[in-house]
Amino acid sequence: MPSALFWIFVLVMLVFGVMVVVNRSPVASALSLVVCFLGLAALYISLDAFFLGVIQILVYAGAVMVLFLFIIMLLDLKAEQRRHFNLIAMFGGIVVIVLFVKVLWDVCYGFQGGNAVFPAIQNTEHGDTWQVGMALFQQYKLPLQMIGALIVVASVGAVLLSKRELK
Amino acid sequence: MATLNDYLLASGLLFTVGFAGVLLRRNIIIIFMSLELMLNAANLSLVGFSRFHVRAGLPDYNAQVLVFFIITVAAAEVAVGLAVIVALYRAKQTTHIEDLNSLKF
Repeated sequence: MPSALFWIFVLVMLVFGVMVVVNRSPVASALSLVVCFLGLAALYISLDAFFLGVIQILVYAGAVMVLFLFIIMLLDLKAEQRRHFNLIAMFGGIVVIVLFVKVLWDVCYGFQGGNAVFPAIQNTEHGDTWQVGMALFQQYKLPLQMIGALIVVASVGAVLLSKRELK
Repeated sequence: MATLNDYLLASGLLFTVGFAGVLLRRNIIIIFMSLELMLNAANLSLVGFSRFHVRAGLPDYNAQVLVFFIITVAAAEVAVGLAVIVALYRAKQTTHIEDLNSLKF
């Protein structure tokens, strides 16, 4: 992927990520999150992870965001009105974030191994979905079963929490 | 061509945006969305490391399996978390975290 395209998708991802945080209306935040995840999926595809890019769109931009929008509509949330800031908390938050970006910058550009350009990969007859599937069903059989059990527990838990009377 | 550092910086900045959201916002649903941003930033750096760690002409697919598992767990987490938020709203009629202070010391 050309460099310009990479920076465009990074910009889309970060701008809409900031929109998630600064928008007052929860619906606008949720829709910004969808665009942010689309930019992220494009970055996955630029890293030759086609399967994960598709999964990102299907699971996040599809299922998870529908769930978020559904809950926002269900609770009938209005845009926030009260804006009295806790000044100390805000100052502390901004200081922490500035320091975090500083540390991040130092670590990233002081890391020599990170200056490598894209190493060439050979074109195999099977795509990356086949490779991930082989790893998943041969090396990681037990974790896959455990994830299945986790999903069952999570869905039972969600149903139980939504019941009117918790006993 | 973008280098690994560029991907790591993008991932770190996305994490920072999510972190800022958790610290600055007061609506519990927006905080939950910011948590998702932070989770996805970690995924981006994992996929970046996978692509730049080439063995025998192939990217390291173990990292992509890990990202697959993280996405699955995140989906389960969203389902349970939103159910908790709905139960909380039913009990307190609010999603504003300053009104949810019964556990505060």
